[in-house]
Amino acid sequence: MNDREKKENYMTKDTENIIVVKNLMKKFGSFVANDNLTFEVRKGEIFGFLGANGAGKTTAIKILSGLSFPTSGDVMVAGYDVYKERELVKKNIGYMSQKFSLYEDLTVRENIRFYGGIYGLSSKYIKEKTEDLLERLKMKDIQNSLISSLPLGWKQKIAFSVAIFHDPKIVFLDEPTGGVDPITRRDFWEMIYEASNAGITVFVTTHYMDEAEYCDRVSIMDKGRIEGMDTPGELKRQFDAQNMDEVFLKIAR
Amino acid sequence: MNRFIGFVKKEFHHIFRDSRTMLILFGMPIAQILIFGYVVSNEITDVRIGIYDKSKDHVTQEITNKIISSGFFILHENLNSDEEIEAAFKRGIVREVVVFEPNFAKNLERDGSAAIQIIADASDANTANMVSNYTQAIINSYVKTELMAQGMPYQIIPEIRMLYNDELKGVYMFVPGTMALILMLVSAMMTSISIAREKELGTMEILLVSPLKPLPIVIGKVIPYMVLSFVNAVVIIALSYFVFGMPIQGNLVFLMLETLLFIFMALSLGILISTVSNSQMVAMFISMFALLLPTMLLSGFIFPVENMPKVLQWLSSIMPAKYFITIVKNIMIKGSGIGIIWKETLILAGMTMFFLVMSIKKFKVRLE
Amino acid sequence: MQNQTEYIVEVSDLKKTYEKVEAVKGVSFNVSKGELFGLIGPDGAGKTSIFRILTTLMFPSSGDVKLLNYDVVSEYKNIRTNIGYMPQRFSLYQDLSVEENLAFFARIFGTTIEENYDLIKDIYIQIEPFKDRLAGKLSGGMKQKLALCCALIHSPDVLVLDEPTTGVDAVSRKEFWEMLIRLKQKGITILVSTPYMDEANMCDRVALIQNGEIMSIDKPEAVIANFGRKLWAVKSNNIYQLIQDLRSIDFIDTVFPFGEYLHVTAKDLDLDLKDLKLRLKEKNHSEIEILEIEANIEDCFMELMTK
Repeated sequence: MNDREKKENYMTKDTENIIVVKNLMKKFGSFVANDNLTFEVRKGEIFGFLGANGAGKTTAIKILSGLSFPTSGDVMVAGYDVYKERELVKKNIGYMSQKFSLYEDLTVRENIRFYGGIYGLSSKYIKEKTEDLLERLKMKDIQNSLISSLPLGWKQKIAFSVAIFHDPKIVFLDEPTGGVDPITRRDFWEMIYEASNAGITVFVTTHYMDEAEYCDRVSIMDKGRIEGMDTPGELKRQFDAQNMDEVFLKIAR
Repeated sequence: MNRFIGFVKKEFHHIFRDSRTMLILFGMPIAQILIFGYVVSNEITDVRIGIYDKSKDHVTQEITNKIISSGFFILHENLNSDEEIEAAFKRGIVREVVVFEPNFAKNLERDGSAAIQIIADASDANTANMVSNYTQAIINSYVKTELMAQGMPYQIIPEIRMLYNDELKGVYMFVPGTMALILMLVSAMMTSISIAREKELGTMEILLVSPLKPLPIVIGKVIPYMVLSFVNAVVIIALSYFVFGMPIQGNLVFLMLETLLFIFMALSLGILISTVSNSQMVAMFISMFALLLPTMLLSGFIFPVENMPKVLQWLSSIMPAKYFITIVKNIMIKGSGIGIIWKETLILAGMTMFFLVMSIKKFKVRLE
Repeated sequence: MQNQTEYIVEVSDLKKTYEKVEAVKGVSFNVSKGELFGLIGPDGAGKTSIFRILTTLMFPSSGDVKLLNYDVVSEYKNIRTNIGYMPQRFSLYQDLSVEENLAFFARIFGTTIEENYDLIKDIYIQIEPFKDRLAGKLSGGMKQKLALCCALIHSPDVLVLDEPTTGVDAVSRKEFWEMLIRLKQKGITILVSTPYMDEANMCDRVALIQNGEIMSIDKPEAVIANFGRKLWAVKSNNIYQLIQDLRSIDFIDTVFPFGEYLHVTAKDLDLDLKDLKLRLKEKNHSEIEILEIEANIEDCFMELMTK
């Protein structure tokens, strides 16, 4: 009972916080993957989630996106409890990863329609929004091309658009920019800014430390714990570092 | 040589650490044989037989007594003409008829040999085999204990005839068929998959860049599977012999040599498949559809070749398994030697050469 | 003759075509003995194709490629014994342990771990505590170290590393580059490809590659010196709006986000900072910061791309 009251408190008190994590623990046997994580992410924020390989990022993202249960702790995502309202959580988030995002053997249009369908959007709405989207991406001419025939940078832009097609409150991006050229990478970040400007919260992991500086706030994980969390500027001051790369090295080494 | 041993060792590590591979390698053959072994019973009791004694002398009398007192057989009727044999089988009670030739005892004394015909109803192929084997065994023991004991080189020549199913499509088909299938699976499919896996993982790039030449790579890949296939063949033969009493009339060494030849053939086929497939999936599909299904369906394993349409008959004649099955059947059941099956052996050897040359030619020292 | 032997790698007008796609469009470069040479560019630029041709795994469609003075087509066998190659995705046997992987690669190159232990010692010591663990169960950073050990175990003259730092965290990347620099000091020639622009600074010389063409090839400092124009970092309270607004200003040329700042170039040689600040204020920007800065490799790469 007490727990429940507490949770409701977060919701009402901090309506601006779209993700609220309190004392999150995740254990696999004796291995502690997430050790007492506590953080909030505000609505519309670009939140960088950094850490070394195996620091526990993936585990945490799986919990936040409703794919895995925490061992203990309170986790509210988009106003829903990840224990009890997993389906509602999933409805309100978008997800894009570097590895899996689009069906290579479907066309651009077919991919968009498919993902729209998954989230139960009406055909009419999907159709209208697809036109609009293709227009904005300047991809009208290639709407019937197979995804496999497109350059990586285009695929990533489409994948991102698809991930936020159903207007989720939060979008999780797992290393979205790996391997693309610097200009496309920046185009991509402009899309992220745009989404954030439109009120979508962006939760992003990346290995490019310079990309961490695009984020409003950054958390850096090491061995299952959050060892630093603030704006990039403040983190640099705090750790007396020239850039985020140094901050990261100071924390994770 | 050191390089090569290292390679083979690594290959065994892969095999022994993958439980799925192990299951396919050892679980499947044993399961297949056992399932079949239990489905068809291998005990016979109170089988009703008929005796057509054209001689009616003391020797035929003694043999008849031996057969009936063995406990396996019950004399259902005495027959008096060839027509009655057919009729007795048609009634469906008698499973076997033993026919003594005329002047049996006289022939035995004069020529040292006499003939017995054992006719079995092979519509139930398993029972027919059992029954005729038991009868033969009884006759052989009679020859040994009664006739040889007198120091005479007597000989009784049994002639076995299978009625209604003279090719014995049934249980004994199963062992050679299973052997062909398992060896094909282990040798061809597993080898092609394991080579394709290296391509998929990218380790093939390092192997190619290393001073290791293509031939040792291929042979190193193949040796473990050859050993395992051979072990499998031995297990299958042992199981079929001990669990459900399939005879091995021919020379065991000869049988194993022929098996080795077939394994070689399958391995070279596996390498050939791997040269054209870049992923485990592709290798698997090609093996499945180009090897296993045709082996099962067209080799005569399940459906008799002579009943197939002409086109399929022609297709079946390029199935290596068809020849192997013929070879195994001949050696195990009929006890044939190379004199009988040289043609099949030659065809298999030819196929092996062909696949080997093809795969060496197609094996790429580069990625393209 | 003497001149020729100085180069470990000689590539001249290399082209590679797959069916319809031209992946490498006439690339030329040389690498001297003991050099740490970087091929910097995004996915699909042609890095892997070039490396596979260098390591004799693929035929060039045209052009001359020599490694250690051997031709990659006709004399590929001589090359194969003398190079260490680490393909993308660290190709290790996932179901063999750390030690078994290393022992295997040592064996196929006809050597033993002990024989060349000195060379890999620095690196191997870091993964030795896990030597009985299966390679598939290692973290990305450890896999990378093991793969490097495997590529080094036969003491090759040339090391060819295809995107060794992709997908690996910043700490492991940094450690990896430190290892490469120590290996270079031991006289090994190293060719490495990477999509991370910041890693260019660790190389002696880099080739910036895009769409199968080398856009620039030089020492990292020289590449930067060749940027050739002024660059400003601009920041305000609303970075998204700032991008749009800067692009709408007539004398601004390029605007690229760069962390907290935007990197901006002007159409003319210089920029009227006062005017710029004024215009941004008109568009309701506050906390405006404008600094003139020096370009980095990534700026250069983008500059070359837009040329």
